[in-house]
Amino acid sequence: MLTKRIIPCLDIKDGRVVKGTKFLNLRDAGDPVELAQYYDDEGADELVFLDITASAEKRSILIDVVERTAEKVFIPLTVGGGIKSIEDFRMILRAGADKISINTSAVKNPMLVKEASEIFGSQCVVVAIDAKRHYVKEDEIESIKEDGKNIFKVEDGYCWFEVYIYGGRKETGIDAVNWAKKVEELGAGEILLTSMDKDGTKSGYDIILTREISKSVKLPVIASGGAGKPEHVYEAFVEGKADASLMAGILHYKEYTIKEIKEYCAERGIPMRL
Amino acid sequence: MIGIIDYNAGNLRSIKKAIELYDKAIITKNKEDLLSCDKVVLPGVGNFGTAMKNLSPLVNAINTIISEKIPFLGICLGMQVLFNESEEKEGIKGLGLIKGKVVRFKNVEKLPHMGWNNVKIVNDCPLFEGIADNSYFYFVHSYYVNPDENCVVGKTTYGLEFPSVVNKNNIFATQFHPEKSGKIGLKLIENFIELI
Repeated sequence: MLTKRIIPCLDIKDGRVVKGTKFLNLRDAGDPVELAQYYDDEGADELVFLDITASAEKRSILIDVVERTAEKVFIPLTVGGGIKSIEDFRMILRAGADKISINTSAVKNPMLVKEASEIFGSQCVVVAIDAKRHYVKEDEIESIKEDGKNIFKVEDGYCWFEVYIYGGRKETGIDAVNWAKKVEELGAGEILLTSMDKDGTKSGYDIILTREISKSVKLPVIASGGAGKPEHVYEAFVEGKADASLMAGILHYKEYTIKEIKEYCAERGIPMRL
Repeated sequence: MIGIIDYNAGNLRSIKKAIELYDKAIITKNKEDLLSCDKVVLPGVGNFGTAMKNLSPLVNAINTIISEKIPFLGICLGMQVLFNESEEKEGIKGLGLIKGKVVRFKNVEKLPHMGWNNVKIVNDCPLFEGIADNSYFYFVHSYYVNPDENCVVGKTTYGLEFPSVVNKNNIFATQFHPEKSGKIGLKLIENFIELI
């Protein structure tokens, strides 16, 4: 039976892991290769490297990290951050990445999704969607619906989900459900869905967002943003219909281990690779 | 020395690094080089039509490798191209080394079939040496092989039960990516390399 996946996400800047981690037992807590190996041993199903290096000139540092990881870690590796062209795809895949995640560049140039999936195969094109709740008043609902947006009733009112780019700094006016369907048509192989409302809160994934996106495409959906305890991951799988859960802080700070999260889910009937 | 067939199939680095844990490896499209290897691996991601186009200058070499009884491992798309044809690209002939067609998953909620799934061992095969029945491997594909001859040694369930490992004489093939399947995947690669 196909299992649900637990995916640690490492933010990398200039070749080092950023965001403090509590891996005091590791010789070098900031080395992405060592952390990747550690999570592989812990039972991670895949890994995501998110490069937040500001300048494109430092791409060679990322390439080196990916190459060194591919020598040691034999589970799937997704790399994202600042990837803009087919040539970027080629370089990072050649270094040993299995999938490339694109966000801003997909919104600005949707044909990149199509071209990359035709050249490298859909399986290596992950479209990352950063979505934020855009609340609407009840009397605005009809006109916003006519505008093509998908409105949902949430805990505290009504909203549609808006796509943000540039690391959450710029809104696009694009409806996330429509965008997910569009990237599926263009040939994406997977969606990495981050709730900007929930990211960093440790209060659980945005279940409504996750469920609505997951329902509207056939692509596997990775839920991201908000994981604080194993219950949240379980919810994302059961109620959110997510195929995988991405997490960072909860693991980096050793609040829970991957094994604990997997066991929690498995005990409640979720297929997991233990 | 293990030969990895180079036909522009994307990420060859992982499979090379995995093999290099146990033996030397060379990525090549040169027929003589391939024929001098102890074993040959045909990796693969991407599209059946594109793969067959890129493989066309190598068809003769592959046929010779098979007839010389050199152990041969097809991975993922490298498994699918061993068959006669595929629904992914009608009208394009596969290598035809195993009889049957490659077909698309139907009536499944999610495509591609992506992630870790277990392999049920249905027939003895040296690739499974030291690997427990129902071990998990990493899959990513939307099509699966439907052989017309008896060659299935491992099966996996996704919507239906499909062949995930086949073996015919010196030809071995897996639908999953052993080079991406952690320690158990590496064990399978080691088993292939140690075939006599």
